[in-house]
Amino acid sequence: RTAAGVNAGHTLPDKVKIVEVGPRDGLQNEKTIVPTEAKINLIDMLSESGLPVIEATSFVSPKWVPQMADQVEVMKGISRKPGVSYPVLTPNLKGFQAAVKAGAAEVAIFGAASELFSKKNINCSVDESLQRFDEVMKAAKEAGVPVRGYVSCVVGCPYEGKVAPEKVAHVAKRLYSMGCYEISLGDTIGVGTPGSITAMLEAVSKEVPVSALAVHCHDTYGQALANILVALQMGISVIDSSVAGLGGCPYAQGASGNVATEDVVYMLHGLGIQTGVDLSKLMDAGAFICRTLNRKTSSKVAQATCKL
Amino acid sequence: MGNVPTTVKHCLSYEQLIEDYPWLRHWLQEEKNITGHEYPEFVKIVEVGPRDGLQNEKEIVPTGVKIQLIDMLSGTGLSVIEATSFVSSKWVPQMADHTDVLRGIQRAPHVRYPVLTPNLQGFQDAVAAGATEVAVFGSASETFSKKNINCSIDESMLRFEEVINTAKERQIPVRGYVSCALGCPHEGDIKPSTVAKVAKRLYEMGCYEISLADTIGVGTPGSMLKMLQGVKKEVPINALAVHCHDTYGQALPNILTALQMGVCVVDSAVAGLGGCPYAQGSSGNVSTEDVLYMLHGMGIETGVNLPKVIEAGYFICNALCRNTNSKVAQAKSRTL
Repeated sequence: RTAAGVNAGHTLPDKVKIVEVGPRDGLQNEKTIVPTEAKINLIDMLSESGLPVIEATSFVSPKWVPQMADQVEVMKGISRKPGVSYPVLTPNLKGFQAAVKAGAAEVAIFGAASELFSKKNINCSVDESLQRFDEVMKAAKEAGVPVRGYVSCVVGCPYEGKVAPEKVAHVAKRLYSMGCYEISLGDTIGVGTPGSITAMLEAVSKEVPVSALAVHCHDTYGQALANILVALQMGISVIDSSVAGLGGCPYAQGASGNVATEDVVYMLHGLGIQTGVDLSKLMDAGAFICRTLNRKTSSKVAQATCKL
Repeated sequence: MGNVPTTVKHCLSYEQLIEDYPWLRHWLQEEKNITGHEYPEFVKIVEVGPRDGLQNEKEIVPTGVKIQLIDMLSGTGLSVIEATSFVSSKWVPQMADHTDVLRGIQRAPHVRYPVLTPNLQGFQDAVAAGATEVAVFGSASETFSKKNINCSIDESMLRFEEVINTAKERQIPVRGYVSCALGCPHEGDIKPSTVAKVAKRLYEMGCYEISLADTIGVGTPGSMLKMLQGVKKEVPINALAVHCHDTYGQALPNILTALQMGVCVVDSAVAGLGGCPYAQGSSGNVSTEDVLYMLHGMGIETGVNLPKVIEAGYFICNALCRNTNSKVAQAKSRTL
């Protein structure tokens, strides 16, 4: 490990895999409906920037998420770069089947660490949701399709408040034992700080190997990069982020949501950690989608760079 | 507070959290030990909004508003508030009312109000206006020094020596700043050994504390670590502070790195006031609110009441007709 990889006594990973969630999580939380062509163009630009994983769309009912109504066209329209994965969300068996039919080669399922959030968000308890996913897992195994698991509200819940690390560990363990190859731990409302994130990761890493864990930090309170740093110090080497910081927070109107990929990459490269990402091409993709959405970027790196 | 989520309510008032759940203090301290990092138990925040913040805002703020801002900040628990700058109004029009501001503020007990004094003349004016603490600004970059204050680093040190010696005679403490500690808009990368040299000079001349400033916000935890490793060979860690700019969004992880290395003094500006003069329209200072949120969430005490700082932030943003740069303030205003 290089000297730059040692941060205050902790070894950092040499490489980090960035999971780009802009086209799905990002756009899903943007008010303006983006035309299919623009979505495809965004994903193609992101493919060119060197990102290894780009979450392309969501096979959820368009009644609930109108932004993702063009899921099939997007899936069929993108140019798949060799070596890049394009996972899609599949909330249930029906969605899974539609996804595979449209050409999906990887899927993702979403659990919650908070009972209230689960009930309000997907209308069932955490255990019930995991049972639903069992069907998806079985079908995915048969089809040889890898499944990524998400746990939302890993630090705090907009309804329950503080979430116990043990509960997060329990849900993460369930998803992992069911067959998810990776578990992404989401700070859904961005309330986490290096204190609470550390406590949560300590509990989860007792149940799931650190190499199978990812963090999905929201920047609603400006804490995302600090949280990502402590996660790296604990051995996490997979980070979710969203180009241009797309996607607000549905629980704090107008506040920011996802952490910006550009800002994450800037930090990682500054630490001497490899990502395979070309920051300037990434910024081009960010500039493109912001023009399309007629909004300013939420990435500070992008803001600073275009002004020099 | 109506529908504000419980977690948020508690994070907004660390004091309230501990009051409601006294057993939590122990739990939060356990959190600190979990990473294996030893974080400071207490961090001193140096609030630079009224000086560094306003200095970099285009709108000239009326004296009455400046005084009100400082008075509001004085009621939040902050122990150091940089009030103004005794620099020529020709160069920094925003600070032209320095004497009126210093005379007009209500000095809270246990709060210090340092002012910038670039030279002996400025120092004397400051003392005449009632200053009881001053600050001098050095640079780790020769080019920046020449372009910013029209002289080399060595020449600037001679000027500061005059100020520091005179301050010593009057028993007025002096804080030293080193700008461009992590990068210069003209020279690019700056060697940690250069930063260490300038910091050492200021410390040996008599500055009680050296604030290491990432003037253009290009630093990352990687460069922050290397710089602090270099500087702490020459200046004791407890005499160091970090002054991080958030131009590239790196301020909080940089501050976290500094804390992990034992730094326990952090500069910040309410509402993230003050843009970056080298990247038009970009952000500059890190927001005090966001720093407090992080520190309190880690169980680190600051003595500062976050909701009151947020209020002061809303006040000055209204006066400036601008949005806050603080994410915490943005989120709070949207969840009410």
